[in-house]
Formats: sequence, C-alpha cells, structure tokens
Amino acid sequence: MHIDPEKAKALPFRPIEAEIERGRLRFFAKAIGQRDPVYSDIEAARRAGHPDLPVPPTFFFSLEIDDPGSLSFLAELDIDLGRILHGEQSFTYHSLAYAGETLMLQPKITDVYSKKGGALQFLVKRTDITRLTGEPVAEATFSLAISHPEVRA
Amino acid sequence: MTTTTEIAVGTELPALRIEPISRATLALFAGASGDHMPIHIDSDVAKKFGYDDVFAQGMLSMAYLGRLLTDWVPPHKIRSYRVRFTAVTPLYAEPTCTGRVTDITDGVATLELTVTLADGTVTLRGDATVDIS
Repeated sequence: MHIDPEKAKALPFRPIEAEIERGRLRFFAKAIGQRDPVYSDIEAARRAGHPDLPVPPTFFFSLEIDDPGSLSFLAELDIDLGRILHGEQSFTYHSLAYAGETLMLQPKITDVYSKKGGALQFLVKRTDITRLTGEPVAEATFSLAISHPEVRA
Repeated sequence: MTTTTEIAVGTELPALRIEPISRATLALFAGASGDHMPIHIDSDVAKKFGYDDVFAQGMLSMAYLGRLLTDWVPPHKIRSYRVRFTAVTPLYAEPTCTGRVTDITDGVATLELTVTLADGTVTLRGDATVDIS
C-alpha cells in the first residue's frame, strides 16, 4: 500500500529525551570494532582533551531508535517491514556531545516521494538534536526506501 | 592521527579493512545500536522476507566508515557525514572503507567515501566535510 505523503508529513512525533550513557558508548565501540580507546576508556578520552567519552558520528541514530515509540510511524503508515530498506542517512554536526549529557531529539517526516512510476517510495525523516538549553548538537536525516512490487515500472 | 599540512586534494585516507561479518557481529551490533530488526539477526525471518539469510544493518557499515573518519581526525572536526546504501552486505562479507579528499575550501575538506566488499560490490557511497584548519 502506498504511503499518503500528506498523512505522513502530518504525523506527530513527541520529543525524545535521551541520556548518553558511558556503558552504552563502550558497547557500541565494541560492536563496531572501535580500537581507539578514546571511545571506551574515560582516561584515554580525558588525555585526548575530552570531558567524557565522545559520541561517535553515527550514534545519534541509536539514541533515537532506543525510544520505544521511534518506529511506531511504520505501523501508523501501514509500512510492510519486509519491503523496506534504509536508503540514505546523513548527519550535520554543530557541537560534539559526550557521555553524561541528556539531549532532546525531535523527529519529523519531511518528505515522501516516488520513483520508477511508483514502484519505489522514499520517506525522509529529519531529527533535530539539541541540548536541554536548546543549543543545536546535530541533525540526522533518515531516508527509507519502500518497494511496491505490485507496481510495474 | 594525521597533521593538516599533509592534506591536499587527492589525499587518500588509510583504508580500513573490516573482519568478515559474522552472525555474532550482527547480534552485537543489534544490541549496541538499538536496531533490533529481526531480519538482521534471525535467519528464519530473513528467509520469510525472501532473503537467503540475515544481512548486515546498514548503520553497521556507516559506523565502520565513521571509524575511517575518526581514525583520521578527532570527532569534533567532522562537520557533516552522509551515505547512500547501494547494496546489501551479506553474511561473511569483508568490507573495506576508503576515502579521498576531493576539495579543500576555507579550511574545510570534502571527502568522498566508499565501502567496498572483497568481490568489488560497493555497498555505501557517501561524503563528509571535515574541518582541517
């Protein structure tokens, strides 16, 4: 079933308050084979001039997906999990975040468009990431490709 | 970590070779990343959806490519980072992350980034801007 762009763009997303935990950053570093101790060892991080473990470039995606409601838009838009692939992902950075900080994430679906005569749809979700003071930290943009094999291009 | 005086258009970042992707790699990353989509960790689900087996999370490859960046510069130097996922990364694949400087303007270097498997399949193409001033 095709996604209605207007319905998607009007979907409300509540803001997510997310704490960056040291242990989680260590687990993430282990899972991606990160050998640089700056990302897992507090002393190494401090020696490199950081106040705590720094957030690696793609970790904001995890902060958002940790929220239990972060993927509920898929069900609300009747998106079949077997037909989706992550198409694109981008981040723009303003200020490095560290373990111990609490950030606010505000997602919003900003675009839905079709390609190949409707055989492929793309959903674009942008998330603004700020400190509790409102200071911008980063923006994340997620693009999901949804295939509609019933449509012949 | 490199020094900025060595950086010029055409500079290649030292390639980052990743160990073959195992089921354990995918399970660990599912837990650590919070992406619990079963298609990456449960072969029954992957087969149900028409795949031969589980395959790697796209964000795992993006994280590997992020390591290429942070091996080269400290994390606060990265201004932007984006990728397009161009092919699925199957089990046992051996990704290699590469990057090349394509532009330097006002102390900001633009890098062209790629993840390529041992068989030549390009799984990610992207770019990043990095403060080198």
